[in-house]
Amino acid sequence: MLYREAGQFKTSYAADQQLFPIRQDRIGLVLLLAVAFFGIPLFASEYWFSAILIPFLIFALAALGLNILTGYAGQLSLGTAAFMAVGAYAAYNFQLRVEGMPILVSFICAGLTAAGVGILFGLPSLRIKGFYLAVATLAAQFFIVWCLTKFPWLSNNSSSGVISAHNINILGYAFDTPRDKYLLVLAIVALMALAAKNMVRSSTGRAWMAVRDMDVAASVIGIRLMHTKLLAFAVSSFYCGVAGALYAYCYLGSVEPDGFSLDMSFRILFMVIVGGVGSILGSFLGAGFILLLPIFLDITLPFVADLFGLPFSSATVSHIQIMVFGALIMFFLIVEPHGLARLWQIAKEKLRLWPFPH
Amino acid sequence: MSKKIGDVILDLQNISLRFGGVKALTDISFNVREHEIRAIIGPNGAGKSSMLNVINGVYHPQEGKIFWHGNERKKMEPHMAAQQNIARTFQNIALFKGMSVLDNIMTGRITKMKANFIEHALWFGRAKKEELEHRKKVEEVIDFLEIQHIRKTPVGRLPYGLQKRVELGRALAAEPSMLLLDEPMAGMNVEEKQDMCRFILDVNDQFGTTIVLIEHDMGVVMDISDRVVVLDYGKKIGDGVPDEVKNNEDVIKAYLGAGH
Repeated sequence: MLYREAGQFKTSYAADQQLFPIRQDRIGLVLLLAVAFFGIPLFASEYWFSAILIPFLIFALAALGLNILTGYAGQLSLGTAAFMAVGAYAAYNFQLRVEGMPILVSFICAGLTAAGVGILFGLPSLRIKGFYLAVATLAAQFFIVWCLTKFPWLSNNSSSGVISAHNINILGYAFDTPRDKYLLVLAIVALMALAAKNMVRSSTGRAWMAVRDMDVAASVIGIRLMHTKLLAFAVSSFYCGVAGALYAYCYLGSVEPDGFSLDMSFRILFMVIVGGVGSILGSFLGAGFILLLPIFLDITLPFVADLFGLPFSSATVSHIQIMVFGALIMFFLIVEPHGLARLWQIAKEKLRLWPFPH
Repeated sequence: MSKKIGDVILDLQNISLRFGGVKALTDISFNVREHEIRAIIGPNGAGKSSMLNVINGVYHPQEGKIFWHGNERKKMEPHMAAQQNIARTFQNIALFKGMSVLDNIMTGRITKMKANFIEHALWFGRAKKEELEHRKKVEEVIDFLEIQHIRKTPVGRLPYGLQKRVELGRALAAEPSMLLLDEPMAGMNVEEKQDMCRFILDVNDQFGTTIVLIEHDMGVVMDISDRVVVLDYGKKIGDGVPDEVKNNEDVIKAYLGAGH
């Protein structure tokens, strides 16, 4: 390892319980944020912002939302994309119908609307668990998309429910270039990730994990199961809702209900599984991995095909993508259910002892 | 013994519990006095665990009354037992496997923590102060149980005996006035049993906690408990101080079998 925590003694509980107890981790995080906020905007091209960095951050936020529900509170959900759709359409309607509402307030209201819908579809979790609950959240997925297509009022009577995002203007500054939008998304995602970390390290998070690991014992300790599960649904849907609003306003610009398909829910679930169930870092790793893999395959596969002189079409690339995804999901579920985040942790533990493991 | 045994704090009267046609408990009455160690024994399937589940509200008996500190208890949910200061451990370890020892024991104090999730998210107001205050209390429990070295270890990685100890810690962290222990020594070797007995006696002695205990090791039961109640096939067949119970005809029959 580049660094070890040797010599860093904690003399108070406050020091022991801080977010990043190891000094080098803190320095690393500050550097990472500095690069993200100041370094990348200087060098990255428009393509990088709008095709890679912005979707990465938005999907990481959605994966974080799902991870709170599935990874921390143990409630499997297949309705992530639907909650994002609620967020996107709610933000649009707040902007459209409330005169002079600041855009950030609409984003928060979009999150709150999604949280309300999340609580509604979380109600079955009080009686059913596991796969059965997943099926109940599947109902959310289909119902919400149907709703958005069925009621033209929600999309201001546009054909087939397509909405176009308004311009983003905060305190007189227009966020119209990809670089501006990237910075806005980055700021929101960083703050919400910090809030998530704070929740999971305090008694809110412990209640979620207790319900996940052993619900009978949790209730005997004094945790109210209903309250805890519904809170997880609400917070998770809030994150997904904000991610949905950003998806519409900062990434695509115009969205339609069918864009928030079951396919997208599964993609976000894959991010959580590959990245690490029950890990904040894992949500980011998973989102990066799942988004970058297709791009990586797009670039490398033609080379590989050339090398062996094989005929090659773009359809093959997308088939191979699906096969690779499938294989990876199986690999992670069998070999490392805690995903990339756990692999990273194992690597750190091994490297701490390296080169003298015994 | 020098310790003072107080008044009756828990009184169970004519408790009957059925699951469909299966009678788990039939017309059982007994009481628990403050500061005593009360053992429940009996052969397998006698209804001991059901009895504990009735006491802390997981099961609701069809008949009978329960008085807690003299007041009749209405139908209750499990989390309400925690609010009434009743904590318990389970026969099969029921720790939160994905969490560290520290977090497991911190979870034991959850009813005492008042900050809401918004305060937690913003790390503002009571959130930080509470974490530190409760950490201090939890460290006292960790010191008491001598598990300082495994504080940050995920409980899933610990050996069985230590897991049992952590589970006791989680129950103790709630500073209960009554502690229900379901086979705290099952599957332990002699040394681990000795440690566990020491902890149970110390808890009872230092904190004055009333203890209701299910245990199969008769040596342990007869040594540490003040009074023993014996169940067999859901019925009470004996009740009294260890010596009385030891010489009770029905109890001997239940354990050794009668000459039919």
